[in-house]
Amino acid sequence: MFGVLIRIDSVTKRYPDGTVAVDNLSLEIPDRSITVFVGPSGCGKTTTLRMINRMIEPSEGTITLDGKDITQQPVNTLRRSMGYVIQNAGLFQHRTIVDNIATVPRLLGWSKDRARARARELMERVGLDGALAKRYPYQLSGGQQQRVGVARALAADPPVLLMDEPFSAVDPVVRKGLQDELLRIQGELGKTIVFVTHDIDEAVKIGTMVAVMRTGGHLAQFAPPAELLSSPADAFVEDFLGADRGIRRLSFFSSAGLDLLTSPVVAVDATAEQIAERGANDVPYLLVIGADGRPLGWSEPGALTAGDIDPSRLLAHGRPFEHGKDSLRAALDCAVLSPTGWAVAVSADGRVAGVVSQQTIGEAIRAAHAEGRTDARDSGDAGDAKVAG
Amino acid sequence: MSGGLFDIPSDLQNTYWGLVGLHLREALIPVVVGLVVALPIAQLCVRLRWLYPPVLWVTTILYAIPSLAFFVVLIDYTGQTETTVMIPLGVYSLVVFVPAIVDGVRSVPQETLDAATAMGLGPVRRYFQVQLPIAAPAIIAGLRVATVSSISLVSVGMLIGNQGGLGNLLNDGMIYHQPRLIWLSVVGTAVLAILADALLVLLRVLVTPWMPRGNRRSRPVDEPEPMQAALEDAVR
Repeated sequence: MFGVLIRIDSVTKRYPDGTVAVDNLSLEIPDRSITVFVGPSGCGKTTTLRMINRMIEPSEGTITLDGKDITQQPVNTLRRSMGYVIQNAGLFQHRTIVDNIATVPRLLGWSKDRARARARELMERVGLDGALAKRYPYQLSGGQQQRVGVARALAADPPVLLMDEPFSAVDPVVRKGLQDELLRIQGELGKTIVFVTHDIDEAVKIGTMVAVMRTGGHLAQFAPPAELLSSPADAFVEDFLGADRGIRRLSFFSSAGLDLLTSPVVAVDATAEQIAERGANDVPYLLVIGADGRPLGWSEPGALTAGDIDPSRLLAHGRPFEHGKDSLRAALDCAVLSPTGWAVAVSADGRVAGVVSQQTIGEAIRAAHAEGRTDARDSGDAGDAKVAG
Repeated sequence: MSGGLFDIPSDLQNTYWGLVGLHLREALIPVVVGLVVALPIAQLCVRLRWLYPPVLWVTTILYAIPSLAFFVVLIDYTGQTETTVMIPLGVYSLVVFVPAIVDGVRSVPQETLDAATAMGLGPVRRYFQVQLPIAAPAIIAGLRVATVSSISLVSVGMLIGNQGGLGNLLNDGMIYHQPRLIWLSVVGTAVLAILADALLVLLRVLVTPWMPRGNRRSRPVDEPEPMQAALEDAVR
C-alpha cells in the first residue's frame, strides 16, 4: 500500500502543568516521502510523532490522513495501519524474531503460517539472514535488532511509517548502513515516512522534507534539505545546521559536471616516451594506473623510469570518488585529502576515469551554487533527487 | 506393626505416603491461590503507583502475624481443618508474590511497552502478551520462595489436631520416643522442598528460552534465596 498525505492543522499539546510541548503546529507531510522532524531535545518532535498515532492526544487542532480525521476510527485500528519504529527497537524479548515481525499481521487476524511467511519475506527485504528467524532478540546485535524493528513495522504493509530516533542507539557505521537501507526500501515501497531525529546530518541525508523544530514546540523551518542548507530561515536554524553547512550542501550537487583530465595518467608499463610526453603537460604529478585500470599512486614525472615503476614507492592516491554518482562534497574531500591536491575519479567498475584539481572542483562549486540559488527559488516542493556520498 | 522404615503409629490413621500427599496438598493449594490473588493486586499496584507502599505494609504486617494467632481466630469459623492451616499460608505467600510480580512487570522496558501500544495492542493484550510473559522469570523466582516456605510451614498444622501433614510425625515422635519418626518428618519435608524447587527451576528453563544463557537468574531483585526463607520460617 502506498503512503497517504498527513495534514497537521493548528495542533497544540499543552500538559496540565502548563508546559507547552507543541505550539500551534501546522504542516503537511507529503505522501510517499520521508519527512524528518529534527531539533534539540524538548522541541516537541517526538510529541508530534506520537500525536499522529494518538499515543498522545493533542490539546487543540486536528490531524488528518488523506483528509480523514484520525479520531474517526478506533485507536487500535489506526495504530495497526501505521508502522512504528523506536530507539533500541523495543522488540519483544520473549518472542522469536519471526514472531516479533508477525505481531501486527497476527493482530489483524492473519493465520500463523501466512504471518510467518510474510515475516520471512520481510527479513529478506531488510537484509536479515533467514537463519535468524528462530532466534531471540538477545542473540542479535543492535543493528540487527533495529532491522527487525523496521521489518516489524512494515509487516502489515501500512501506508504510514513512524520512526522515533530509530538509529540513534547504534554506532555510526551501522547507522549509515541502516540509513542507506531505509532509503533503498523507501525507493521500493513509497511509504509516507515520518522520522524523528536530533541529528541534523541524518535529517539532511534521509529527508525529502525537513521540519526543524525549536524548544517550546515551534516550527522554525520546513523545507527540503538543500534549501535548508542554502537558505536557513533564521539564526536558530543556521546555528543548528552547524558551521560546515556550506560543505554539507555540496552533497546535493553531482560530480557529473566536473571536467576530468586524462592527460596526467600513465599506465604502470608506460614507455619512456609516454612518460615524457605526459610529464610535459605542465602537471606536477602523474597518476600511475595498473593493468586493470585501477589507480596505483602518484609520482613526479622525473621520478618515473619506464619499465621499472615500483608501485610501493608511489605517493598514496587516497580514496577515489565515483564520477557521476558521488557528490561534489565527495570529490572535494578526495582532493583535500590527496597528497597532491588532485582527486582521482573512477567509474563504477573502479577504473580510473580521470583526475581533477581542487581548482576545477572550486569552479564547479561556484557554478553549482549560482544554479542552486535559482533552483531553490522556483522549486519549493519535495522531490529533490539526492546524490550519494 | 512390623517395624518397617516407613511405618507410622496407627493414631495418625494414615500411611507415610498418605501424609506426604496431604502435606503437599496443604502446602501447594495456598501457594496457587496466593498467586491468583496476588496477580490482580500487583497489577493494581503497577497502575496506581501510590497504592504499592501501603499494600506492601499490609502484606508485611500479615506476614508478621504468627500462624498460631491465625489458628486461634480461624478455628471458630473453619474448625480444626486443613482450611484453617491453608488460609495463613496463602496470606503469607502474598508478601513474596506481590513484590515479585510488581518488580517483574515494571522491569519490562518502556520501549517494549511503547512499541506494543504503537502496534495496536490494547491494555489487556499488553498485559497478557507482553508484561506477564516478560515478568515470568521474576514470578517463578517468587513462586520458588513461596513454595519452599509453604512446605516448611505446613508442619505447624499439627497443633490443631494433626492437620500438619508430615509435621504430625513430630508430635508422635515425641510421645512415643521414636527419633525415627522425627527423621521421617524432617527429612521428608526437606526432600519435598528440594524436589518442588527443582521442578520450578525446570519450569523456568522451559518457559524462558528467550533469556540469555548463563544468566538465567531472573534479575538482581533482592529476593531471599529459598533456603534462607526456609531457615527464617524454621525460626518462627
